[in-house]
Amino acid sequence: MLVYALKRLLHVIPVAIGVSIVCFMLIHIAPGDPLAAILPTDASLELQAQMRSFYGLDQPLPLQYALWAWHALRGDLGTSIATGRPVLAEILSASVNSIILAVAATLIGFTFGSILGFIAGVFRGGWIDRIASGLAMLGVSVPHYWLGMVLVIAFSVSLGWLPSMGGGPGGSDGRSFSWDYIQYLILPAVTMSVIPMGIIARTIRSLVADILSQDFVQALAAKGLMTKHVMRHVIRNAAPTAISVMGLQLGYLLGGSILIETVFSWPGTGSLLNGAIFTRDLPILQGTILVLAMFFVFVNLVVDVLQSAIDPRIQRS
Amino acid sequence: MAAITADIVPAPIAVPRSPGFWSGVLHRLCRDPVALAALAVLIVIVAIAILAPYIAPYDPTKGSVIRRLKPIGTEGYFLGTDELGRDMLSRLIYGARLSLIMGVVPVPIAFVIGSIIGIVAGYAGGLTNTLIMRTVDVFYAFPSVLLAVALSGALGSGLTNALVSLTVVFIPQIARVAESVTTQIRSLDYVDAARASGAPAFTIIRVHVLGNVLGPIFVFATSLISVSMILASGLSFLGLGVRPPDAEWGLMLNTLRTAIYNNPAVAALPGVMIFVTSICFNLFSDGLRQAMDVKS
Repeated sequence: MLVYALKRLLHVIPVAIGVSIVCFMLIHIAPGDPLAAILPTDASLELQAQMRSFYGLDQPLPLQYALWAWHALRGDLGTSIATGRPVLAEILSASVNSIILAVAATLIGFTFGSILGFIAGVFRGGWIDRIASGLAMLGVSVPHYWLGMVLVIAFSVSLGWLPSMGGGPGGSDGRSFSWDYIQYLILPAVTMSVIPMGIIARTIRSLVADILSQDFVQALAAKGLMTKHVMRHVIRNAAPTAISVMGLQLGYLLGGSILIETVFSWPGTGSLLNGAIFTRDLPILQGTILVLAMFFVFVNLVVDVLQSAIDPRIQRS
Repeated sequence: MAAITADIVPAPIAVPRSPGFWSGVLHRLCRDPVALAALAVLIVIVAIAILAPYIAPYDPTKGSVIRRLKPIGTEGYFLGTDELGRDMLSRLIYGARLSLIMGVVPVPIAFVIGSIIGIVAGYAGGLTNTLIMRTVDVFYAFPSVLLAVALSGALGSGLTNALVSLTVVFIPQIARVAESVTTQIRSLDYVDAARASGAPAFTIIRVHVLGNVLGPIFVFATSLISVSMILASGLSFLGLGVRPPDAEWGLMLNTLRTAIYNNPAVAALPGVMIFVTSICFNLFSDGLRQAMDVKS
């Protein structure tokens, strides 16, 4: 177990370095001079050269990367061009909101997805299965940014039950467990939950159908065990994979929240990223992507190790 | 003697040529009503895209201030008009062109590049495999939406940049599948036999490996088209795909967001098109997977 965890950790380090190189290169694949966003268009050559050496852009690429990575490791991701605030502070304050949204969406998606998938797996082949699988198919095929708009049209514009956008009455400072705040969370979280719901339902359906067709289940049933008891075995066998899929989905949702956050103006990392793209705020763009990607790598690692801890038979290579 | 010999030689029996793998797949696919229906809808959408100039009633880019945001069913504007007074029906018809191009094109390109990378890595094994696959892992370590947004955000908006970003997103996914099937095939006895007989690597890949690995990779790639459609329109929705005034479903959805209070039904229309196309690709891909008997 510990050996496996260490092995996984060793495997993750080169991937993490690679991810950081990709993030570093983002600024260099961008067309035009990275300085163009900061400098006035009529800046003198002298000033340009000065700024270039100030940002280290006159150094060779590998050296630039090493410097950048060294600063990033110590939590210094530079300063935002738009606001002048440190990039890391901007990301941290936004990521709290993103985490709240992604966790809520994962919980909703997991609950409904497992129920759907479980029912479909037990009644495999019947009409119940078709309906449940059909719903799961809708979930993975729907453009969720559009679903968000439709929900806003239904519940905000037509019925007026829920607010259509924003992160709550007092922004991040007003965050609390009251209805005033939670009502802002409902629509984005439900919209976002549709993606993991479909995927979790499909995974659990095939898991349950697989386990039910195994010999030991037949044996349990032959021994005269009640269906209820047999189901307990099925759930115990399906749980590790289901939980790992849930963990991965949480990572996906956090990293891919930009579309939903844009639809609902949810003040998270997605909105931060969206703003950075349009103001050409490259430090924020680079920093946000680095943090989100690293978080995803980390979630993957945790899921792998946890999964092998719960069920030693599974050791993903 | 001659007569006896002639008796011994058996008369040639007419052996029916075995129907082959693909005709079996086609046969099974033809008995899958869901997949066929999905295919039919897709063919209609593609036909609409190709014939857009002949069937669209109006110029999709020509607006008018006096007929902005007309509701569905307006005389002469069957599906209403958008926020600049442009005919929705014409824009949806023309939108099929760019939406399909953006959603579909990255997948075949990624299929070719990803297959080559994966097959080479899987067949070569050893250090080559490690180097290639660790590089693939790096790109695989990004959630796909994030990678697509990061690349097109850095490259800037535009059709070509969006296509490049999406292709880069799908290459590692396809390469992973290609590598794992190739590794399995490579260790089979008949490949060993071919290698022992002195066949060069390229011949072995062409004759023994390709035929066995392309099927599963192909099925996986078709399942990516639906994802690609949603992602591509998502990029346009964020303003990272095609630029206005071009008609594209995701971009239309974005510009119509301001209209959800005045004319919600019209504002939701482009999304319906994305949804229908994406679900049909998904259903067809599922049918194909079953017909080809590839495990997911």
